[in-house]
Amino acid sequence: MLWLAEPPLGHKLNKAKTHLWDDSMKDIDYTAPRTLAEAAALLNDKGDRARILAGGTDIIVQLREHRRDLDLLVDVKNIAEVNELTFDPARGLRIGAAVPCYRIYENKDIAKAYPGLIDAVSLVGGVQIQSRASVGGNLCNASPAADTTPMLIALEATCHIAGPQGPRQLPVETFCTAPGRTALERGELLVSIDLPAPKPHSGAHYLRFIPRNEMDIAVVGAGASVVLDDKKQKCLAARIGVGAVAPTPLLVPDAGAALVDGALSDALIDKAVQAARAAAKPISDMRGTAEYRKHLVGVLVKRAVQGAIHRAREK
Amino acid sequence: MTKKVHVQSTINGKATDFLCEPRQSLLEVLRDELRLTGSKEGCNNGNCGACNVMLDGRLVNSCLVLGVEVAGRKVETIEGLATPQGLHPLQQKFLEHASLQCGICTPGFIMAAKALMDKTPKPSEGEVRHWLAGNLCRCTGYDKIVRAVLDASGCPSPPA
Ligand SMILES: Cc1cc2nc3c(=O)[nH]c(=O)nc-3n(C[C@@H](O)[C@@H](O)[C@H](O)COP(=O)(O)OP(=O)(O)OC[C@H]3O[C@@H](n4cnc5c(N)ncnc54)[C@H](O)[C@@H]3O)c2cc1C
Ligand code: FES
Ligand code: FES
Repeated sequence: MLWLAEPPLGHKLNKAKTHLWDDSMKDIDYTAPRTLAEAAALLNDKGDRARILAGGTDIIVQLREHRRDLDLLVDVKNIAEVNELTFDPARGLRIGAAVPCYRIYENKDIAKAYPGLIDAVSLVGGVQIQSRASVGGNLCNASPAADTTPMLIALEATCHIAGPQGPRQLPVETFCTAPGRTALERGELLVSIDLPAPKPHSGAHYLRFIPRNEMDIAVVGAGASVVLDDKKQKCLAARIGVGAVAPTPLLVPDAGAALVDGALSDALIDKAVQAARAAAKPISDMRGTAEYRKHLVGVLVKRAVQGAIHRAREK
Repeated sequence: MTKKVHVQSTINGKATDFLCEPRQSLLEVLRDELRLTGSKEGCNNGNCGACNVMLDGRLVNSCLVLGVEVAGRKVETIEGLATPQGLHPLQQKFLEHASLQCGICTPGFIMAAKALMDKTPKPSEGEVRHWLAGNLCRCTGYDKIVRAVLDASGCPSPPA
């Protein structure tokens, strides 16, 4: 199954060029500013005729398939802040919006501190995609099925935004507002995604279901993050994020609350599963029916929670 | 038409200047402007890997990179692999194992396999298969490709 592939029926054979289909992009301007202020000014000036280019794995495909129509691409990869990737055991992790997936999983300290995040970034496409695709782009593209967003939600990430009105912050679960839409206002761009430092006895896990082993869009995705007590028998805090079961990736507060309500047991985890199933409002499409997704979200939340608990106990 | 941009980069070790429109992909630049037609267009949307090249030492789909983005950067393509002394071991092993039929996917597979071997000189069969998941082949059924890569890394192939 191809990623958002559309049959090339509408394309004309292009005889002038050495490539087969006339699916080249229409004219567009490109600029690569060096500061956030310049980028924000350009976005503000052009409004919805301009968009950011990070790794291009969504935007280039969308422009080529004429699913988006723009006059200007603003490449942010020359701006220091969006390339920042810093981890401090006390302060947490800052992921610059344009940092590609591979930089995250190749960093040993980050891999050790945030295994749930590593689950998610290692699932995005193949190695070629991971060389370019950023977590920030995955979030800003606002696909309901984006793999990294449910995990960011479970890990309580905060979005740092720059714009003509100055900087602001948003909890990641409020960032996506509809398929392809975000809370960003005219002239605004995402600068970084910050994760709090992992707490003692904490663990996280992300998994998704796809019909093949690699390279596909999640039919459903689920991320769980838990903090256990000193004896590792009770959950002190838990957050569950799910993807592809609603117009946006969702935080399921009731699922997290269910897990902190007594000693950990299968019955307790089942309550979280029921809460996730109740929160899911999936649609039916080529990847699965709504009913199938409702079933799957339960299975995945259960496994994600079990995986997160297992990791918390291993530490 | 949008003005063409002058881009200076290093391609296969050679300082290379080209003119391109911002809408052109690196793949289009390589094939249409520089006539380096070794990199292939399979899908033009990131799924097949036929266009794989190295950009500053990382494997990328050149159909998902803009030509203007490679200013000041290093690009390596399939054309840079063989030397006057002979084929790259991967190219040689692809021939010996008959790892290609139509050959459209081959440059991408070889670039991807080379990226793997640069990082992991002795990969396991599982590592090879996992790494090559972003490369599609319509003809061979993959087995001969995996054998060629294992052989080029000096690793035993699984029994047929
Ligand atoms: C073959 C293939 C397989 C894939 N597999 C998966 C998968 O398994 N799971 C998955 O989740 N995704 C998958 N994807 C999609 C994934 O690669 C993208 O969602 C990626 O993470 C987007 O990041 P990017 O840096 O490439 O963003 P770009 O394409 O550059 O940008 C994406 C969008 O976000 C906007 N944007 C980017 N950065 C900012 C910013 N700082 N501020 C404001 N707006 C911004 C852009 O304008 C654009 O609209 C796949 C894509 C391909 C082509
Ligand atoms: S042509 Fe680039 S991935 Fe298929
Ligand atoms: S040999 Fe034909 S696609 Fe691989």
